[in-house]
Amino acid sequence: MQTENYTIRKASLEKLFNNLVEKGKTVYAPKAKGKVVLFENVERFDEITEDYIVTTNSAKSVVFPRVEEVFSYKKTKEKTEISDASANSFPDVVLWGSRPCDAAAFIPLTNTFNRDYTDIIYNKRFEKILILTFSCSKCDEYCFCTSVNSGTGNTAGSDILFTKLSTGDFLAEVITEKGKLLVEENSSLFEAKPAESKEQNLANVKTYFNHEEVQSKLQNLFENPVWDEKSRACLGCGSCAFVCPVCSCFDIQDESHGGNGSRLRCWDSCGFSLFTLHTSGHNPRETQGARWRQRILHKFLYMPDQSKVAGCVGCGRCSRACPADINILDTVTSL
Amino acid sequence: MTEFEPKIVAFVCNWCTYAGADLTGTSRIKYATNVKIIRFPCTGRIDFMLLLKAFGEGADGIIVSGCHPNDCHYTSGNFHARRRWIMFRGLLDMLGIDVRRIQYSWVSAAEGAKWADIVNTTVNAIRDLGPYTDYAKVAGYLEKEAEV
Amino acid sequence: MNELIKKAAELLESNVVQIVIGYGKGSAERTRTIFITEASGCDQLIFDSRCIQNLAVYLTKAEIKKLGKPAIVAPVPVLRSILQLASENQLTEDGLVVLGVTPESTLIEFESFAAIETYLASHKIEIDEKYQKIIEGIKSMPVEERFAYWVKELEPCFKCYACRAACPLCYCTRCTVENNQPQWIKSASHPLGNLEWHVMRAMHHAGRCTDCDACYEACPMGIPIHLLTKSMLQDVTENFGPYGPSLNKDNTLSSFKPEDKESFIK
Repeated sequence: MQTENYTIRKASLEKLFNNLVEKGKTVYAPKAKGKVVLFENVERFDEITEDYIVTTNSAKSVVFPRVEEVFSYKKTKEKTEISDASANSFPDVVLWGSRPCDAAAFIPLTNTFNRDYTDIIYNKRFEKILILTFSCSKCDEYCFCTSVNSGTGNTAGSDILFTKLSTGDFLAEVITEKGKLLVEENSSLFEAKPAESKEQNLANVKTYFNHEEVQSKLQNLFENPVWDEKSRACLGCGSCAFVCPVCSCFDIQDESHGGNGSRLRCWDSCGFSLFTLHTSGHNPRETQGARWRQRILHKFLYMPDQSKVAGCVGCGRCSRACPADINILDTVTSL
Repeated sequence: MTEFEPKIVAFVCNWCTYAGADLTGTSRIKYATNVKIIRFPCTGRIDFMLLLKAFGEGADGIIVSGCHPNDCHYTSGNFHARRRWIMFRGLLDMLGIDVRRIQYSWVSAAEGAKWADIVNTTVNAIRDLGPYTDYAKVAGYLEKEAEV
Repeated sequence: MNELIKKAAELLESNVVQIVIGYGKGSAERTRTIFITEASGCDQLIFDSRCIQNLAVYLTKAEIKKLGKPAIVAPVPVLRSILQLASENQLTEDGLVVLGVTPESTLIEFESFAAIETYLASHKIEIDEKYQKIIEGIKSMPVEERFAYWVKELEPCFKCYACRAACPLCYCTRCTVENNQPQWIKSASHPLGNLEWHVMRAMHHAGRCTDCDACYEACPMGIPIHLLTKSMLQDVTENFGPYGPSLNKDNTLSSFKPEDKESFIK
């Protein structure tokens, strides 16, 4: 559909939030917790913080929770009952306060969960989410969205994109039918589009590299020493993969308790040393350099090449969260 | 309304406490039946996680018992166990896991009466404390939807 | 600072060491571990209050060991870890060169692990008062409240194991959680899985932790897991006496005294 533009006043924005909560929607919004800002379930508008460039964790848990039951079973003397999570219905969720990079990340995420297998659970969750993004008025040296075909005012992946204007009110760009429905249900809160342009209120993120150039360079860098050099300080934890809005690797854990049990899907990371360990004992990615190479190649070559989606949205969360300060932008620009 | 009967799990060493418990039986001393005994070669073999797993499986109280210091069948297993129990108890206390529900004791193979006493005292104490729901609730993740 | 750079360059130049592990400029205001192989690269070395990573973690990594004999820049927290690793037989004295640095960036050269122990005798592990107060506060909560507090604090944990990865004393080639026959510690990040992991981590560090706070600094979710290790540190001191890494003492939990005292065993 054609994007429709409206103005929403600051006070009306709060009313919109309250309407959503009253309607029983589960709202996830950025909440400050000590050193970090996390997407959490909030019920009051004043719980939401505006003081963040990106949240510490990503919003992917709304469609890809860190622990998820795939199915459960109950054994009795007569039979075994299995309850499949793909038969469940999922609650309406509103993601409030995602950044354009977060919203754009849902595109490769949805692609991964539908590419060679249709993940019913993911799709059911995704259907129920409403993504209300707020564009970026500030950025920092970790951001590089403009280098990966995204930007501080990018509407891709959002249902509505809000941009704060100099007046304190917001431009609301309604991108999808879901967004349009929300406006119709709250029509009194949305007014005629503002005169002020969006662009003057967006942060300027420096372009560090050309995505297509990097993609092409990576085809010939498999044996390059850059991987070992750049990952020497890597500790092999899962922080980067877990805070990344695009990363979707998972581990299956079966947990049982007497006659009951569940199969759980849990986050996993290609940075863990045992990620590719075979039962034979052979590990094709034995060194941290091989694992770092895989991460970069997957995001900047394999995904764009094979699935025609971006593997990285340039949010910089991985670099921010890394305890060893391995910086993905640093590696990519040094290629 | 049925009165709450505590479920107690006892981690005991084979050479002293288990033999002591046997003696309680052969001496025909009556004592509470709430305890399930798990036999270990030595208290030194008792992994601290086992205690938490017992709570996770629904135990309301735990008894951990072995040979008196200097009497360990393997010479020093109980000395290591004692240090471990000291540290683990401190950690549990910090975390808010109820340490009053874990009774540690030294019961020798000759102390049949002491074993009965330990069991009876522990059962009564746990009965007063009530069922241990806090930890079991956290451990009951299989019964509720996983959190986002 | 210049002495440090000079010494590092000298060591590389003369091939006494093949690699220098130190702090260099990182992203934004942070520092990053750098690995220098050429003498000319030593001017990248910096040292100031931003240098919070514990570099000793790299000394036990197979891939770093392959690079040759290292010289390591070592402020006090790193020195403590080096001494603890030495006492656990993970390092050999001639296998590395320790370049100690004071908070004022003065270089101290250590000829032996014993020399490090002597130096650290005047830099004993002491839990900061602000943490003592926080721990006291938690311990004064009634049991149920305390438990609820920790379940809530541990809730953001998503099992990235950054705490494990950043700790120099977590050098097991295969951690307990990495075995699934049996899956002793649940690896999923639900409340039970998180509790089991942090209990085990605290216990495996009891009597070994040198209070460097690397675990807390590494945690991407900002969870104060160092409160658990600090509380264990307090317990060790209370029950077994003053505590610190030593070449002459075995770890608290791998040793015992027949006269150890406690108040709770009947």
